[in-house]
Amino acid sequence: MLELTNLHASYGKTPILRGVDVDVDEGEIVGIMGKNGVGKTTLVKAVMGLLEVDDGRIRFDGADVTDEPADVRARSGMGYIPQGRDVFPELTVEENLRIGETINEGDDQLQYEAVYDYFPILEERRDQEAGTMSGGQRQLLAIGRALVGNPELLLLDEPSEGVQPSIVQDVTRDLQRVNEELGTTILFVEQNLHVVQNLAERCYAIDKGTIVDELEGDRLESRDAVTEYLAV
Amino acid sequence: MTGTGLLNFGFEFVEIFAFIVLATVGLAVIFGMMGIINLAHGEFILVGAYATTFTFAAGLPLPLAMLSGVVLTAVYGLVLERLIIRHLYGRLLDSMVVTWGISLVMIQLTRIAFGNTAPGIGIPFGQLPVVDGPVYYLVLAVVAVGVLGGLYALFMWTDFGVRARATMQDESTARSMGVDTDRMYMSTFAIGSGLAGLAGALYAPVLTVTPEYGTGFLIEAFVAVVVGGASVLVGTVLASGLLGTVNAAVTNVAGTFMGQVAMLIAAIIAIRLMPDGITGLLADWRENRGESQ
Repeated sequence: MLELTNLHASYGKTPILRGVDVDVDEGEIVGIMGKNGVGKTTLVKAVMGLLEVDDGRIRFDGADVTDEPADVRARSGMGYIPQGRDVFPELTVEENLRIGETINEGDDQLQYEAVYDYFPILEERRDQEAGTMSGGQRQLLAIGRALVGNPELLLLDEPSEGVQPSIVQDVTRDLQRVNEELGTTILFVEQNLHVVQNLAERCYAIDKGTIVDELEGDRLESRDAVTEYLAV
Repeated sequence: MTGTGLLNFGFEFVEIFAFIVLATVGLAVIFGMMGIINLAHGEFILVGAYATTFTFAAGLPLPLAMLSGVVLTAVYGLVLERLIIRHLYGRLLDSMVVTWGISLVMIQLTRIAFGNTAPGIGIPFGQLPVVDGPVYYLVLAVVAVGVLGGLYALFMWTDFGVRARATMQDESTARSMGVDTDRMYMSTFAIGSGLAGLAGALYAPVLTVTPEYGTGFLIEAFVAVVVGGASVLVGTVLASGLLGTVNAAVTNVAGTFMGQVAMLIAAIIAIRLMPDGITGLLADWRENRGESQ
């Protein structure tokens, strides 16, 4: 479903990604783990089209989207959940969710019921301004907003960042439900050991802008194998 | 105050409130939604006025002539946005210099193309029976309120409005949600331009249309935007209400010139006391109230 080939990207003259190769199949939950500053967020932004790539190709659903802007990628089925629970603070919960309708244009199957089922707090607070919610609730809203349009691929940038551990567990469980029940493919970047081990079916390790390892099965379940690539 | 004095004050207030709202709202939409300080705002008003006077002179009924003024100004804004303005998003000072340049060029081009005056339009609907003033001023007030209501409905109740507000708050996240932010900016600029054109069209029967016509709207428009603060609609309404009340009260007692002076003094005091405008003060108050609960 998603294929990144020899991806290079930089901020100004500083190269961040140095030839990343990643494959994600339909229905998978794939993680990309790494310490701070190794290029995780840059990678997600490049995939989403929020950062221009210097070299390499991005194929999504069989089409080359490397030169497509972010809004076109979103409308073709990519749902993005930015780091730091970036919701629109002055819009209500319901208005935030309405923005997500634009994702996966052409698929008329909006997922409001599923979103309210996974995250009942969003229905209870549908008229509340998003900026007045707690960090964990905003994270749920960011996920719900991306889910409303029924995306084929969900891209998450550190879903555990700034969220209290009990909520992180809930978020991890909810994302698994989304994958199982809606069939949504998930690609996330993360440096939280528990999220990586509990959520990913397969995981790449990134260091200095390059994929240095790929873990699955026993190796992904092994704390020692995973912590080698994380700052824990 | 006698009954007649009260009526005169009320009429004066309605007249000034409508003028400030109509002069301001296009500028406020473009600044509030896009962060562009459009120093050519007066000349967008000019386009609306000239289009109205010339199409009226060519035989179009006044409402249609005014509509053509609005549409032509919106199209003019759209073209300008595509050619020039869109390259200036996020570059506040550059956009000010460029729009100032556009303003100067437009004034001179208008003078070269049409001379120093445009054909006149008589004020429609006649005089009011009780107060010394034309009925048309009340029509302007109704239109001003209608414009505010229409904008509220557009930005609060429609998908376009929700997407426009999302784009204003976080352009990059809006884009990553599939919102075509380029189209949002283009449409918003066209709406702001059309509203400026509406002001030009509506006041064409009241004011003499010359190449400097737009500058007569600028002081009220910019003062109201600054006093109103970041929120486009609430800011415009409250600033127009405050400035209109001061202006009308003093005009009623000491004449038009002193009314203008009083309005500007009120604006200076308001900016000194509320650096983020009236809506900034309201936002602080809401935040403090939220924290104390």
